[in-house]
Amino acid sequence: MSAPGYTNLNSSVNYSLNGGATPSYQNGPGQPYPAMYPSSSYYSSTPQQAYPAAPGHKASVVNNDHMSNYYHNSNQPPPAGPGSGPSPYGPSSTSHPPTQPYGTTAPSSSGASQPPSAFQHPALYSMPTAYYGQHYPTSHPQSLPLSQPPQPNLVSVSSGTSMNAPLYPIVSYPSAPGSSQYGTLRSSQMSSGQPPVSTVMAPPSSGTEQQFVQGNGSSIPASVTPAHQSYADPLLSQTAAVNGQANAVPQHYEHSLHTPMTQHYGGPPPTSQGPDGDRPPSGTSTSVHSSPGHQQGLQYGGYIANSGVSSSAATARDHSSSSSDADEEDEEDEEAGADSSSSTTGSASPVPNSYESLEGGSYPDSSIPPPADPSKRAPPFGYSYPSMQPGYQQGSSSRPDSSPSHRGYNPPGYQAQYSQPFPSLSQLSAALGGLSGVPELEVDALRPVNLIQERNLLPPTHTASPEPNLSTELKKVNCSPDTFRCTLTSIPQTQALLNKARLPLGLLLHPFRDLTQLPVITSNTIVRCRSCRTYINPFVSFLDQRRWKCNLCYRVNDVPDEFMYNPVTRSYGEPHKRPEIQNSTVEFIASSDYMLRPPQPAAYLFVLDVSHNAIEAGYLNVFCQSLLENLDKLPGDTRTKIGFLTFDSTIHFYNLQEGLSQPQMLVVSDIDDVFIPTHDSLLVNLKESKELVKELLTALPRMFTNTRETHSALGPALQAAFKLMSPTGGRVSVFQTQLPTLGAGLLHSREDPNQRSSTKGVQHLGPATDFYKKLALDCSGQQIGVDLFLLSSQYSDLASLACVSKYSAGSIFYYPTFHHIHNPAQRQKFQKDLQRYLTRKIGFEAVMRIRCTKGLSIHTFHGNFFVRSTDLLSLANVNPDSGFAVQVSIEESLADTSLACFQAALLYTSSKGKRRIRVHTLCLPVVSQLSDVFAGADVEAITCLLANMAIDRSISSSLTDARDALVNAVVDSLSAYRANGSSLQPVGVIAPASLRLFPLYVLALLKQKALRTGTSTRLDDRVFAMCEFKSQPLKHMMRMVHPDLYRIDNLSEQGALHLNDCVIPQPPLLQLSAEKLTREGAFLMDCGSVMYLWVGKCCSEIFIRDVLGYPNYASIPPNMTEIPELETQSSQRTRAFLSWLQESRTFFPCFYVLKDDPSTKTSFFQHLVEDRTESAQSYYEFLLHIQQQICH
Amino acid sequence: MEAAVFILSLIDCCALIFLAVYFIITLSDLECDYINARACCSKLNKWVIPELVGQALATVLMLFSLHWFIFLLNLPVASWNVYRYLKVPMGNMGVFDPTEIHNRGQLKSHMKEAMIKLGFHLLCFFIYLYSMILALIND
Repeated sequence: MSAPGYTNLNSSVNYSLNGGATPSYQNGPGQPYPAMYPSSSYYSSTPQQAYPAAPGHKASVVNNDHMSNYYHNSNQPPPAGPGSGPSPYGPSSTSHPPTQPYGTTAPSSSGASQPPSAFQHPALYSMPTAYYGQHYPTSHPQSLPLSQPPQPNLVSVSSGTSMNAPLYPIVSYPSAPGSSQYGTLRSSQMSSGQPPVSTVMAPPSSGTEQQFVQGNGSSIPASVTPAHQSYADPLLSQTAAVNGQANAVPQHYEHSLHTPMTQHYGGPPPTSQGPDGDRPPSGTSTSVHSSPGHQQGLQYGGYIANSGVSSSAATARDHSSSSSDADEEDEEDEEAGADSSSSTTGSASPVPNSYESLEGGSYPDSSIPPPADPSKRAPPFGYSYPSMQPGYQQGSSSRPDSSPSHRGYNPPGYQAQYSQPFPSLSQLSAALGGLSGVPELEVDALRPVNLIQERNLLPPTHTASPEPNLSTELKKVNCSPDTFRCTLTSIPQTQALLNKARLPLGLLLHPFRDLTQLPVITSNTIVRCRSCRTYINPFVSFLDQRRWKCNLCYRVNDVPDEFMYNPVTRSYGEPHKRPEIQNSTVEFIASSDYMLRPPQPAAYLFVLDVSHNAIEAGYLNVFCQSLLENLDKLPGDTRTKIGFLTFDSTIHFYNLQEGLSQPQMLVVSDIDDVFIPTHDSLLVNLKESKELVKELLTALPRMFTNTRETHSALGPALQAAFKLMSPTGGRVSVFQTQLPTLGAGLLHSREDPNQRSSTKGVQHLGPATDFYKKLALDCSGQQIGVDLFLLSSQYSDLASLACVSKYSAGSIFYYPTFHHIHNPAQRQKFQKDLQRYLTRKIGFEAVMRIRCTKGLSIHTFHGNFFVRSTDLLSLANVNPDSGFAVQVSIEESLADTSLACFQAALLYTSSKGKRRIRVHTLCLPVVSQLSDVFAGADVEAITCLLANMAIDRSISSSLTDARDALVNAVVDSLSAYRANGSSLQPVGVIAPASLRLFPLYVLALLKQKALRTGTSTRLDDRVFAMCEFKSQPLKHMMRMVHPDLYRIDNLSEQGALHLNDCVIPQPPLLQLSAEKLTREGAFLMDCGSVMYLWVGKCCSEIFIRDVLGYPNYASIPPNMTEIPELETQSSQRTRAFLSWLQESRTFFPCFYVLKDDPSTKTSFFQHLVEDRTESAQSYYEFLLHIQQQICH
Repeated sequence: MEAAVFILSLIDCCALIFLAVYFIITLSDLECDYINARACCSKLNKWVIPELVGQALATVLMLFSLHWFIFLLNLPVASWNVYRYLKVPMGNMGVFDPTEIHNRGQLKSHMKEAMIKLGFHLLCFFIYLYSMILALIND
């Protein structure tokens, strides 16, 4: 067996690379393969014979050094695991029910059979994690974790040694469902990619430890319990107190006791863990150091002895470490992780969708495979090496011992060969320089348009966003405009030039968008710039084979060894072909370096208003029904936690402890000093307590039917929710139907109905109290996101309430005039929204950092989050429906560069408990001419950014100011354009073609609910519209600002789209003006979250009959909200078109059929922004106004 | 009497100088990411009122001791402090709001303000020192 030899290599490499960061390896030489144990058991079902450790195949000779590298790589994570976690995370070890995988391993690895396990070690160990994961499944399909999807496979990590040794279990979730959630189509790849990670992280376990463990065996189940508890934060003493204090426990609830030692945290009952079941804990307690191992054992003993105390102590520690330091540490999280990762090397295996066919099922041919697995690996070597460059061969033959990566590519011959694939920066700029001289696109974008003369400016179809003027290769890999968009697709060189253009510079992001194709990369080393921490991306330049230059800070970095291997082409030495370099949107599976604490489980808490008002509105029934239907679709894994809390003037908790015969309600009436009645059974494991949850949801709507309580203690309920969730973090969904009237955070009505249509400016757009803001910041610190559903027909001071979501990165939903019977459209919308809300992807404990090229700096942020430091956004929850905007200024001249890049990196914990990093990179050309700046203006992005700025302005200053600023933005930019091209016609409003819609969009903005004056607008409606502007992605926002109008009574197949043998007609877009409407037609207006079908008085009866299903115009009911499914061709076409429109958004839009009569008209006609209203100008008047301003 | 007034203002001025330095240090910590916005703002907000009081004290002392020039010198700063404190919107957590401080260059303007105040207090310090010595000699 080649083990010892490798061991030496391994340990030496390890030390040299990792410095002192590998405590667990100090005993390394003596115990060659410490990490093996768990992993071996993990894969125990695979035949061991598959890995005969035949040494000395030719590849290994050539590649000795190399392999040691890989070897080392696979070793690395274990040290990192313990090192990274400051908090003792014992609890989570118990949190996994994962005994199963271990159970299967029992025969081979249990019984302290040293020889067998030792035998396994080399095999397993040598697997470079990622590759192993990727390819292994194909060769041993039966061992795939996928085969038991619901079950998390986990491998506990040894706590190493130290005092606050974090007992992180590394949980790998075979995620068949997860993959779909991430938008990756390749679930199998995904899941298969994961096990290796856990393998790598597996705790080192040596023979002695094993013995020790076994000695401990019987006690381990018991030790599991405290760990649970510490996670769930049980304060037993408080429980007792509560029982005393919790006064009114409703009779109809069984008043049973909560047992202190409960398994609520997702673990299987201790009893179920037989001797085999001991494995995970044993993994947890083992360590390379035999003596520390014993210490661990002692610790366990301690736990067993006084489980309650120790667990609560653990909780306290855990809690404090995660809470008080969370802010600082989390952010270092990313950084620290990166630091260590930059000094390590590892194997990389991208798991991108499109690579499936390429990768096939075999092992990666080149060097990566495990040294102890030569038989498997040898053939691939044979294949791949011949295909390598001659230079490589030479190098390797001349220096057989040296790492090919170091030597092989240095021969001068190489440079010539590779100069093409590695365009140096100078080459790039040369290419770009050439490009800027051929501005065919620009000419069109710069064509002066006289807005007053040219009427029909609106393009008949949606135009794509302007493309940056880049070389084709860069264009191909650039980030999708749906995800990442800049207001100026050509970045001006200096701030002075930007000021000359008078256009705002900023970015609009939609970073967590649902994607259909996303390369996911599992790699030991996430390659990042050493100084600015930028992730490697398609726009870096490779100076030579071994070095790359960061495109943001221009530092020259080394290319790590493993990055040299390209899993796509399965060849070595082509770093530029790696998926990171080929895609500007990638997702990394982050190692434990990127964790502050073990990834949290998905945790959902629902806070429900059950006051009289709420019962009247009847939302509870709809909510419970929706949740019941979607209970199984909630994103999460077996650890998923769920809890409920209702409130009126008191706060009701629900004990959903597994084992209770029915849910038990605990009432806390002391709202001035809220406490949690019992800590371990209010937030319960969904899987275990599903029956109880279902029972509660069925009973809940009936429970409060006769309530007379009209008060609402929202503030205290939120405080309770915060306390309940702070140990884990997660999502709190608050349903509120009225103004909070009791306890902390109570609010008073501030709206004066007489001021609703005032033109003078609107008061009370800001919050009335800082209570909700403070609470939101607390929540953000504890990784709790608060989503607010406001279903109120009266004024509820959304301006104050919204703060709780704004700063905790939640979302806000508002259903004015919600009533379950009287307002079926709202009810339907609520239902559909809930469905999307409950099932959409979610990321927990996220942070997003936006970096930009040196010289640019971000100075203002828009969206729902807390800006923790200059470029770091703290997002307790991140959801796929929220967008962000930032404003950028140019601090230093960009004259010495031709490309400006922006990178947004979103680090989050998936609902499956995986830490992931999604990286988007956008690259834009830098220009020095004002005309180029105008040519590259993206009018939609500019409009959205201006809207965000205007909302800030209206809150901090006044609405009038904000409106003036918007008009000035148009005037300024058009005058700047005019001043630039002074030779053009002197009369009229001249705009470059790229900005021809700018005045129209700004006028539309001025007529939005958020910013309009003169038209009666309820304060809450206005504030909600403002919140929407701040948090919606660009596409959705543009639809709200400038709805799409189509005529649909004469849909034809001309120019129709053909998708999956479905014909989707594409009627032309119409201008938003009543002159485009005719009485003979039927028109569809798509406002994003609402769609109106306006039917003219003289609309053809054929259409009414064939599409609407009514004989004539008169018989159309006034509150029609659906189109019937008729078998006629026109009906099919209409429905195809409608559903095609609906698919383009994530939330289901309300649909109204409006007849041409005055009662329904206002809702429709208010969106016709080009028309004059009693309080606002028409488009033409607006243009004249602008012309006047420009001339002055 | 005169000397006592200036000794008192000198002490007050020292305190204000220390406070201004503390503001600058804390803000630059935030700029460099050493502390987060929340911690920074709660630290600073605690000292907004003491600063306001200290400045007001110096102003009032000068008014009562009838040193018109120094009074007029101090008045704008004192009224700026009061204005700044009063104009804080209801929903904000104080003059320094963690959710706003990174927006619209607020951090920079706070920094600038602290710098200007530091300069002003240093100037005052020397004026007080000079006046005190003068008063002591005259006595």
